[in-house]
Amino acid sequence: MTDLLFAGARLLDPATGLDTTADLLVRDGLILDHGANLGRPEGATVIAAEGLCLAPGLVDLRADIGEPGHEHRETIASAALAAAAGGITTFCALPDTDPALDDPALVQFVLRKGEATGGLTLLPYGAATKGCTGKELAEYGLLREAGAIAFTDGRRPIANARTMRLALSYARAFGSFVVQHPEEPSLAQGGAATEGELATRLGLPGIPPAAESMMVQRDIALARLTGGHVHFAHVSTGAALALIRAAKAEGLRVTCDTAPPYFDLNETAIGDYRTYAKLSPPLRPEADRQAVVAALADGTIDAIASDHQPRDADDKRLPFAQAEAGGAGLATLLGITLARFHGGDLKLLDALALLTVKPATLLGLPVGRLAKGAAADLVLFDLERGWQVKAGQLPGKAQNSPFDGRALEGRVVGTWKAGRRVFG
Amino acid sequence: MSFSFPILPDGHLLAIEGLEPPHIGALLDLAESYALLNRSGKTQRDLLKGRTLINLFFEDSTRTRTSFELAGKRLGADVINMSVSTSSVNKGETLIDTAQTLNAMHCDLLVVRHAQSGAPALLAQKVSASVINAGDGTHEHPTQALLDALTIRRRKGRLEGLTVAICGDVLHSRVARSNIHLLTAMNCRVRVVGPPTLLPAEATRLGVEVFHDMRAGLAGADVVMMLRLQKERMTGGLVPSSREFFRFYGLDREKLAWAKPDAIVMHPGPMNRGIEIDSAIADDPERSVIGEQVEMGVACRMAVLDVLARDLRRNV
Repeated sequence: MTDLLFAGARLLDPATGLDTTADLLVRDGLILDHGANLGRPEGATVIAAEGLCLAPGLVDLRADIGEPGHEHRETIASAALAAAAGGITTFCALPDTDPALDDPALVQFVLRKGEATGGLTLLPYGAATKGCTGKELAEYGLLREAGAIAFTDGRRPIANARTMRLALSYARAFGSFVVQHPEEPSLAQGGAATEGELATRLGLPGIPPAAESMMVQRDIALARLTGGHVHFAHVSTGAALALIRAAKAEGLRVTCDTAPPYFDLNETAIGDYRTYAKLSPPLRPEADRQAVVAALADGTIDAIASDHQPRDADDKRLPFAQAEAGGAGLATLLGITLARFHGGDLKLLDALALLTVKPATLLGLPVGRLAKGAAADLVLFDLERGWQVKAGQLPGKAQNSPFDGRALEGRVVGTWKAGRRVFG
Repeated sequence: MSFSFPILPDGHLLAIEGLEPPHIGALLDLAESYALLNRSGKTQRDLLKGRTLINLFFEDSTRTRTSFELAGKRLGADVINMSVSTSSVNKGETLIDTAQTLNAMHCDLLVVRHAQSGAPALLAQKVSASVINAGDGTHEHPTQALLDALTIRRRKGRLEGLTVAICGDVLHSRVARSNIHLLTAMNCRVRVVGPPTLLPAEATRLGVEVFHDMRAGLAGADVVMMLRLQKERMTGGLVPSSREFFRFYGLDREKLAWAKPDAIVMHPGPMNRGIEIDSAIADDPERSVIGEQVEMGVACRMAVLDVLARDLRRNV
C-alpha cells in the first residue's frame, strides 16, 4: 500500500485536544505521524486538504441493520455504504434481528459480513436475553468470545426487573455492560407520540414521558444493587437525564447516549402525521430537546449514536399509529451533530468527542483517535459546506430520514478505513 | 348563496381545527338553507350532476354513511358506497393501493371513515378527489361538529356566549375534538366532563374547562352534549363498570336539573341507553334534540359537498 499524505488539513483529535493545521501521514493503514513538516515521501498519494477538517472516523454505538431477516430494509453491505458516506468507520449493530443474535454462530456471521464490506468495523451486540424476548439470559460468555461487543435487546426494553438484575450482574463476569431501551412497556403500550397537547390534537395515543424516566430510575437502582454497568440508549427526556446525572455523581456505573433527532427536532416534526418523524422513543416537547442539548454540553451524555433504523415505504406510508417507528441516521450523524456546534451549543472538539473517543472508550476500543500507530480510520469534512438532506437521495438503502428537507452546514468529503478510501 | 372567499381553501374537509369563524359561519348559513330546502321537499339535483361521490368506509357506520348518501343524491351526484372490511385490509391492500384504485375510477368527492387518526389526510395526499373526513380514529369528525353547531344555533339562536358541556369519553372521541375546535372558535364556553381516565392529556390547552364532577360541569349549561361510551373502554380498565359510570357520569333527570331549565340534550348516536344516557331523557321531546341532529346532518353534508364541488368546478 502506498503512503497517504493529508496535506494542510485542520487536524482535530478530541482525545488529545489537538486542533491545528498540519499534515498527516498514513503508512500500511496506520497513522505514521502528523505534524507541520512531514515533507512529501516519494510515491505518496497526496490529499490536498487545505481548508478541510480531518478527524478520527466516527464510532457509532447503535445502528439497526436489516440483516439477517429484514434485508429489504437494509443489508450490511448497504449500511456500510451509508456509514462510509456519513464518515462512520466503526459501528455497533443491534441484535434484535430475525433471528436474534443470541447464538455465537450468528454473531460470527455478522462479524464476517462486516469484514466482507472492507469499509468498516461492524461490531454486533449480543442479545441480552434469548430471542430478545426479555425472559432468559443469553450466553454472555460464549457470545463475548464470538465477538459480541456488549448486550442488549435492541429496540425492546428488558421489562422484567429480575431479568434486568440478572443481566447486569452476569455481564460483570465478562467485563461487559447491558444497553437498555428505557421505556416502561406497560405504560407505553399502543402509544404513537409523546402524550400531551399535540398528541391530543392529532388524536394519537400518547406515551407519557414518565415511561422513560421510570425505567431509568429502576435500572439505576438495579445498577446500585448489582454493581453492574447499565447504558441507556437514545435518552430523550430531561427527567431521565436528571436521574442519570445524579447517578453519575453518586459514582454508579451508568452511561448513556442520545441520537440526533432528540437534540435537533421536537415533537412538532410529526405535525400533519409525518411518519418519517415517528421514532422510538417518540420526539419530545421543546423543553426536553433543550435538556438533551444541555446534557450533551455538560457531559451527562457519553455519546451520540446514529440510532439508524431503516424502514421502507411500506413500513412508513401508513396512518401514523400504524406506521413503523424509526429513522435512518447514518448519513446525517455528523451533519446534525455539527449543527449544535454551528448553533453555539457545543465546542467543535467536544461535539466530535461524542462521536469518536467517548463511544470508543465506552466500548474499550483503541479507535476514535488520531494517535500515532493507530489504524488510519479517518473522516475528512468541510465544516462550512452546505447541503440539504433529501429522502430518496441518501446513500444506502434506507431513505426514511426524519431530517428530510433539513438544510445542514458541514459535509463529509472523504472517509478512510485503515488507510483505504471508502467514500469520496 | 355565493361567497366572496373560498370556504375550504385546501379543497378538502379533513378537520375543523384550522377553520376560521367566517368559514364555519358560511358553512352553517349554507347548511341552514339546505335544511329549509329539505323540509320543503324540493331537491337541487343539478348541482352535482355527473359527479361521482364515493363513500369509503373502513369502519361500520349506518348513520353517517346514509346521511352522506342522501346528501349526495339530493344534489344529484352518483353515489357509490364502498365498505372496506377489515379483512381485506388485512389481506395486504394498503390505503395507498386504495387511493390508486379510486384515482383510476375518477372519483370527484371522497367521503372517508377510518379507524386510524390521519388516514383521510394520507389519502388526500394521494387521491385527485376532494376528501371529506367522516371520522378518523380519535382525531376529528368535522361534519358532526357542523351539524351539532347548526342544531344548537337553530335552537338557541346563536352560538356565541353559550355554555356547552361535553360529557363522557372525551379521550377517544373524535366528535368531542371537532366540537371543541368549532365551539371554541365560535366563542362558546366549552366544558369537558368525565373521569380523568377518559379525558385527554392537556385538555385545557384546547381552550376548555375540565370537570370531574358532572353536577358542577352541568351547572348553568345551555347545551349538554353526551358522548358514546364504547364497551371496550370498560374491558380496558378505564372505567370499572357500566353501573359505576352511569351513576357518576350518566345523564339522568337529577343531573340534568343542574343545567339551565331550557338546556338541550344532544348525542351523536348510536346511544347506549342506561350507560351514558337515561332513556327518559333521550326520548323527551322537550329536552332531546337528537332527532334534529340527524336532520341537520344531511343539510350540513349537502353544504360541504356544495362548497367542495364549487372548487371542483373552478378547477375544470
